[in-house]
Amino acid sequence: MTKTVLTGVLGAAVLALGASTASAATLDDVKAKGFVQCGVSQGLPGFSNPDADGEWSGMDVDLCRGIAAAIFGDATAVKFTPLSAKERFTALQSGEVDVLSRNTTWTMSRDTQLGLNFAGVNYYDGQGFMIRTDMNINSALELSGASICTNTGTTTELNVADYFRANNMEYELVAFEKADEVVAAYDAGRCDVYTTDQSGLYAQRLKLTDPGAHKVLPEIISKEPLGPVVRQGDDQWFNIIKWVHNATLNAEELGVTMDNVEEMKESDNPAIRRLLGTEGEFGTDIGLDNDWAAKAIAAIGNYGEIFDRNVGPDTELAIGRGVNALWSQGGLQYAPPIR
Amino acid sequence: MIDRTNVTAPPENTGPATAFVRGEMLAEQPAPITESGPIGWIRTNLFPSVPQAILTLFCLYILYLIVPSIIRFLFVDAVWTGTDRTVCATEVQGGVRAPGWFGACWAYVGTYTNQFIYGRYPDEEQWRVNIAGFLFFGGLIPLLIPSVPFKRENLIFMVLIVPVATLILLTGGNFEVGGMILPLAILTAIALIAVFGFSKGAQSDPIPGLITTAAIFAGIFIVLGVLAVDFGLERVETEDWGGLLVTMVIAVTGIAASLPLGIALALGRRSDLPIVKFVSVVFIEFWRGVPLITVLFMSSVMLPLFLPEGVSFDKLLRALIGVALFSSAYMAEVVRGGLQALPKGQYEGAMALGLNWGQMTRMIILPQALKLVIPGIVNTFIGLFKDTTLVLIIGLFDFLGTIQSSYTDPTWSSPVQSMTGYSFAAIVYFIFCYAMSRYSMFMERQLDTSHRS
Repeated sequence: MTKTVLTGVLGAAVLALGASTASAATLDDVKAKGFVQCGVSQGLPGFSNPDADGEWSGMDVDLCRGIAAAIFGDATAVKFTPLSAKERFTALQSGEVDVLSRNTTWTMSRDTQLGLNFAGVNYYDGQGFMIRTDMNINSALELSGASICTNTGTTTELNVADYFRANNMEYELVAFEKADEVVAAYDAGRCDVYTTDQSGLYAQRLKLTDPGAHKVLPEIISKEPLGPVVRQGDDQWFNIIKWVHNATLNAEELGVTMDNVEEMKESDNPAIRRLLGTEGEFGTDIGLDNDWAAKAIAAIGNYGEIFDRNVGPDTELAIGRGVNALWSQGGLQYAPPIR
Repeated sequence: MIDRTNVTAPPENTGPATAFVRGEMLAEQPAPITESGPIGWIRTNLFPSVPQAILTLFCLYILYLIVPSIIRFLFVDAVWTGTDRTVCATEVQGGVRAPGWFGACWAYVGTYTNQFIYGRYPDEEQWRVNIAGFLFFGGLIPLLIPSVPFKRENLIFMVLIVPVATLILLTGGNFEVGGMILPLAILTAIALIAVFGFSKGAQSDPIPGLITTAAIFAGIFIVLGVLAVDFGLERVETEDWGGLLVTMVIAVTGIAASLPLGIALALGRRSDLPIVKFVSVVFIEFWRGVPLITVLFMSSVMLPLFLPEGVSFDKLLRALIGVALFSSAYMAEVVRGGLQALPKGQYEGAMALGLNWGQMTRMIILPQALKLVIPGIVNTFIGLFKDTTLVLIIGLFDFLGTIQSSYTDPTWSSPVQSMTGYSFAAIVYFIFCYAMSRYSMFMERQLDTSHRS
């Protein structure tokens, strides 16, 4: 008697679970719930960072807003889940977030072993060094014997080891758990060099007692292409993320901005007409409206605008375009055409 | 008091032979200044002997080195108003302060106060948190003051109404409970049959037991029904909770769950029933043997992988369960200490009065045992309150986590930003923990029956 009842309860429980697991394509799920669930960092200035009112801003955040705008025509139809570096892939794999836009470095192992796909590169980063100006050092190759401050448990530690070994130099590592502690230690003179991703160096410089007395060395010792990540096995969703990013790049190349996107729809340039959906059926192929890109650009602007607004020279971070300039201006940002 | 009537006054002008005899009583003198007043206090407490005097001077020197600079940082040189980092940075850092300036940036804490308390809880919904907080403290404070009447009603309010009301207010209510009705109905039937069968076996009247069981399940159904009601409140996901709100939710849930669970486990561990004892021992030793960080990590990283895709437990709920189970294991050991400290005579006396196990435990054993271990219990509470900061590593923003996450805001980035934030966190945590500690000392005095053995 008890046994049958128990089996019945278990059966009911399993049925209840089973009903909710039948998952459709991500786009259908997203449309059904009415918003995009976007995994972001717990706070990285310029990429994904909440302000005093809890409003998120940054390049990674803007990409998610662009995706929401392309799907719903509403850039606010997005919810952000702050994720630690350790949890981020699990959160994506388990379906807790629809897209991970969290300054994640595209590496082969992550791309091939985790069941994930990288949909593009929205920021080319690389590890750099910051030193005191009065040390009179102009190249990372002169750093032999230096003590180096960095975070524990990240690839920066390994990159330093690789770089110094490859160049036959001695070094002493001073590692801390938190970015604050690293900056404080470097500022207090406990080490000669501070190393992390270059975008991070610019952000942390604001916390130094005398920012003018420090400079960033020109060498970049690692490749850190950062981009959005999706689950493998849903090509439609993968394409949507990939092409929202590509649309912002194409828009910058074609001179389409947040402000002129409406008038550009009437442009004679066929590339612009295809981008903004005045010509062709490119939106329907990925399950969206034909003016998907126009909606995204109207919400977040083109890549140049996104860059300038979040990390560009007029922000506190003051990072130059560098390798993140368009290919036509000597950078690496290059998007396939829409045709 | 001197009885002056017995003192014979010496005769006048009796010559030099008795001149040394005093003619009148001396008035009472105040104690010498070296033995009383501030100087006396300093002498007896700070400089009673040479080694002690050296120690005192040494400590005073250390305090002289530390305290003035702390006060200067926190108050004298602190910045109280401003809108961005320039007010909290020196000129070389791109601000307006003179070179060498070093003070707390309270202006930054000021702009962030709302986020430190509510996290990213939507502004227009924050009144719900306020009401929940008001209900909680409004019910807690009278409960803690011994002279306030209606303790029983107050307790029922705190145990039944406040949790449900808080849950609905904070999340928005309107829960999907349809799937739970059938299993719960089956469970009710099983429980009723079990109670009926048990009392038949014991040849006692089954009616009171059946009524109690039915009342408990009816209560559960009512709570479920209330949770399912749509009050028209907008849903606020726990991801948007943060700050002091999350700290309080985790700490209060942990404290409220760990005390009853801990008592049950402690009694279970002391039980003569082998299975109950075995289960209690295994539970306690398992949860005590695992670090809290591991528990939290397992709940946030591993658990989602075991569940089928699309099924996700709320992250905060996972942390709450982990913290509650973890702290109840510690609580069980504290309570067991109290149970073991009671003389065997208390048990024997209770049994000699003809009390059964339940009555003995409720009326004789637990009141004494719990009173003995108040310091240990409060110690566990304080530890739990501070341990809530560990949820930071699984991506929940508690009070400290919210403060830390604000460090990345370039609008306020400056060398003093993190020091100000940590100072603020220390002050707030100290207020809560010190209040708990003082209340526990007050309770010890209240319940002190001076039965010292």
